[in-house]
Amino acid sequence: MEVYSEERDGVVMVAIEGEVDGSSASLLKDKILPLITENCRMLIDMNQVSFMSSAGLRIMLLISREITQTSGEVVLVGLLPEIHDAMDATGFLKYFKLADSFEAGVEVLSN
Amino acid sequence: MPDTRIDTYPTHEYQGYKLRAGKPQPFGATLVPGGVNFSVFSSHATSCTLVLFEKHAPEPIAEIPFYNEFRIGNVYAMTVFDLPYENIEYGFRFDGPWNPQQGHWFDKTKILMDPYAKVIGGRDVWGQTPDWNNIYHHRARLIVDDYDWENDQPLEIPMEDMVIYEMHVRGFTRQPSSNVHNPGTFNGLREKIPYLKELGINCVELMPIYEFDEFENSRKHPDTGELLLNFWGYSTVGFFAPKAGFAATGKFGMQADELKTLIKELHANGIEVMLDVVFNHTAEGNEHGPYISFRGIDNKVYYILTPEGYYYNFSGTGNTLNCNNPIVRGIVLDCLRYWTAEYHIDGFRFDLASILGRDQNGAPLPNPPLLEQLAFDPILAKVKLIAEAWDAGGLYQVGSFPAYGRWAEWNGRYRDTVRRWLKGDDDLVIELAQRIMGSPDMYAARGPIASINFITCHDGFTLMDLFSYNNKNNWANGENNNDGNSDNDSWNCGWEGESSDPNVNSLRQRQIKNAVALLMVSQGVPMILMGDEAGRTQWGNNNTYCHDNELGWFDWTLVEKNADLVQFFQHIINFRRSHPVLRNRFHLSQRDYVGSGYPDISWHGTEAGQPDWSEAARALAFMLCGKHARGGKVHDDYIYVAMNSYWDALWFHPPQLPSGMKWHIAVNTMMTSGQDIYPVGSEPVLEVQDAIMLGNRSTVILVGR
Repeated sequence: MEVYSEERDGVVMVAIEGEVDGSSASLLKDKILPLITENCRMLIDMNQVSFMSSAGLRIMLLISREITQTSGEVVLVGLLPEIHDAMDATGFLKYFKLADSFEAGVEVLSN
Repeated sequence: MPDTRIDTYPTHEYQGYKLRAGKPQPFGATLVPGGVNFSVFSSHATSCTLVLFEKHAPEPIAEIPFYNEFRIGNVYAMTVFDLPYENIEYGFRFDGPWNPQQGHWFDKTKILMDPYAKVIGGRDVWGQTPDWNNIYHHRARLIVDDYDWENDQPLEIPMEDMVIYEMHVRGFTRQPSSNVHNPGTFNGLREKIPYLKELGINCVELMPIYEFDEFENSRKHPDTGELLLNFWGYSTVGFFAPKAGFAATGKFGMQADELKTLIKELHANGIEVMLDVVFNHTAEGNEHGPYISFRGIDNKVYYILTPEGYYYNFSGTGNTLNCNNPIVRGIVLDCLRYWTAEYHIDGFRFDLASILGRDQNGAPLPNPPLLEQLAFDPILAKVKLIAEAWDAGGLYQVGSFPAYGRWAEWNGRYRDTVRRWLKGDDDLVIELAQRIMGSPDMYAARGPIASINFITCHDGFTLMDLFSYNNKNNWANGENNNDGNSDNDSWNCGWEGESSDPNVNSLRQRQIKNAVALLMVSQGVPMILMGDEAGRTQWGNNNTYCHDNELGWFDWTLVEKNADLVQFFQHIINFRRSHPVLRNRFHLSQRDYVGSGYPDISWHGTEAGQPDWSEAARALAFMLCGKHARGGKVHDDYIYVAMNSYWDALWFHPPQLPSGMKWHIAVNTMMTSGQDIYPVGSEPVLEVQDAIMLGNRSTVILVGR
């Protein structure tokens, strides 16, 4: 799993690539939590995430909780259908805003 | 947690695995700082080994013996550090005596599942043929019980207000006509919550969802070649684990989260969740059954054995769990507490519950400690406890199940009486009156809330088949039609099986309406069977336990085809829920204790005030006084119910209402759709107030206001 991030026009853009499971979840947490600041606006590109385990879902929820607790916002971009469905069935999806592309994600954020 | 804990470092090492003595409590595998704590009991074993697999791997990656200093009492406890908990499957080997005559079946060549496994792999996707050479079929896995329930808690709907819907998770949405995204799963059920809400039920009772093996006794039908599976699942593999094959996400091991999400959303829609739990036996069968868990861990403790060491078979399925052994009591209690606390389950229905009241030699106990313990447990204090109050060993306790003020029962006598009445048998009016009043003859001290009233359940005919078949038609089960109950009190309405005769079909529809109307105006707790509201058929099969096919699935096209039936069910359920006078917590007294001039319930024949209690009577009516609702604390309408099970029309004369009030027609099952039932509040006034004709085999309900 790889994690890339950059800030563009006040939006923190994060891209995750690979599988998020028990062995990579804590690395993901370590990479993303430092990016969270007060009122932070974050887009996470999930397009290249091929698998998300139960531990992975938990880290994503934890990130979302951290962001909302600091009055920030997060949008998941480009979830693959199978991950989308698993997140829906397990109840994780409802905690996230979703978008198909970065542009659409920025729209969601500014609303 | 303080970071100064001094027990988070290893003290031992075995083949590279870092270990230390574990904690004996809680039992099972628990994530602890830095590792996993494994704890398992055996009183007769001489040693125990932890067996670790990588997920799905055919061979173990490690076998770690429990050191002597890791045992406290009869509990082996060890913490293993740095385990990738998501990718591990674990089991145990136990060494000890192999002496079946003395009850010991230890065999260290077998890998055994942890009885406390919270998630079990091996049957991750329903119906996927297992590798029969697998050395470890049902594999214990680890999960974190950290589900975010937000504000959810069990609903605690008062017992008297419940309307239960008994259903099979897979059967409910497996048929493609369900049009759900994940057919046959917890998630599929979640998608159908709006349907359940519209129906008006407020509790789903799920047939077994503990991990079971659909391939147990799987076989090809001798004639058709069709693969027969254990579809119903009354054969537990793991008591703490949800059935992976019922979860769309079972292939990812996320079944616990998926089930919890379903429960949370049912709760948000005002629907409770009750589990049908099977503690009377396990999937290990008799002497010829497989080693899964208990048999190889401590056979003599977990099963009731004959003096010669054979398995007693009070369950009819091979073995009998030794429920009043203190160890087994402990695991049953732990299990129910776990489901209540971690899954927010609202109630439990205990399959063949009388077994829970047998002692360690199989004799019925007058004061069974397990039943008492469950009744007074602090965590289970608000859950519903419902017994199927009989077993396959001949113990029949309907009306006498040890209740401790808590336990309710499936009232088999309600079912039998109402079925016979509807088909027109004689000598029933006296008993029928008792059943309608919540069976005070059976539950004098326990009240009507001890009586789960039902006419159909998964065992036996569907409601449509009850009026379409005189005889069971179980040939598809491959047992020469010998299985299933032959005594069904059913009547085919003039033609055996599906019919094109409009007279036969309209009579069947009417009988279904008569049945559900009677169920909904009876005191006690009504339960309906999945699909009965849409006229679901099993083509006369009254024991579809092995059918993962049209015989076991809900055909959703029926909802449209029999829309009038569905609508009738919706309205009659709403009628019950709108009238507290139908839902008393305490027995009716047949006296007037509020000064209304009417007893709380009064009985009538075709003439008001003149019930005919003779053997030949097939007409009966009763009136509930609205001023007596809930012991006189609530005011409701007056309700008059007239029942004609005679083969000809009869005139009924309802009692006179207090001045200023009028009778309105809520239900007349003789009428066609649109006039058979009226929504609450829009019932038309009865034209002639003192007389109404009931067609043959029909029911009328009037409301007085």
